[in-house]
Amino acid sequence: MSARPVLEAIAKLLVPYILLFGLYVQFHGDYGPGGGFQAGVIFAAGLILYALAFGLDKAMVVAPPALLRPLSALGVLLYGGVGLVAMLNGGSFLGYDHLAADPIAGQHLGVLLVEFGVGITVAAVMILIFFAFVGRSE
Amino acid sequence: MSLVLDLVSWTMLLGGVFLGVSGAVGLFRFPDFYTRLHAAGVTDTLCAALILGGLMVQAGWSLVSIKLAFILLFLWYTSPTASHALAKAALRAGLGPRLAEKENPPSKS
Repeated sequence: MSARPVLEAIAKLLVPYILLFGLYVQFHGDYGPGGGFQAGVIFAAGLILYALAFGLDKAMVVAPPALLRPLSALGVLLYGGVGLVAMLNGGSFLGYDHLAADPIAGQHLGVLLVEFGVGITVAAVMILIFFAFVGRSE
Repeated sequence: MSLVLDLVSWTMLLGGVFLGVSGAVGLFRFPDFYTRLHAAGVTDTLCAALILGGLMVQAGWSLVSIKLAFILLFLWYTSPTASHALAKAALRAGLGPRLAEKENPPSKS
């Protein structure tokens, strides 16, 4: 039996739903309220709750900083890459109309990819900042 | 039928508002940390239930009701847990509950 059974039980129960809700906000963002930034924050909050309940060591196994650091750069790369691909296809930077043959499909694809990039970066950076703060006190 | 539903939902909403306000008054006027936590934590649970229940009656059988039910479920999980964590952290940090003062003998008043 651990020292804080209530917190661990509730965290174990809630963390999957928080992560699922983060993904919902991410991928439902083009139809309803949401978007990459909010989704990234919610996703990071789920993992931060896990770290608060189970400790920094276990959280660093789930989300290793060695993986988070490249991910935080990958999101920005995805964002900029979408813009550059639109330029290579003959549009302006981040001109979504030129991403696909059909402008509507291009807009869809562009917003989805850009928001996905924002979500990855925000989640990774939030978790890294939290790890840095907590790790300083230990 | 609609009048009955309105009455039910308004009764629940006003009851929830009363509980929320009384919790806030307790939070400001109670003497120490634990009694304040008690005032806020206990009223919060039923206050959220009554307000969200009243809104659910207004919304009828729809997706909005289901979402409100989920919000209520998660509030019921998280709100007592937060109170528990706060109380335990305060106790572990060395903050004891304020007890009756021993200088005043009980027979004086």
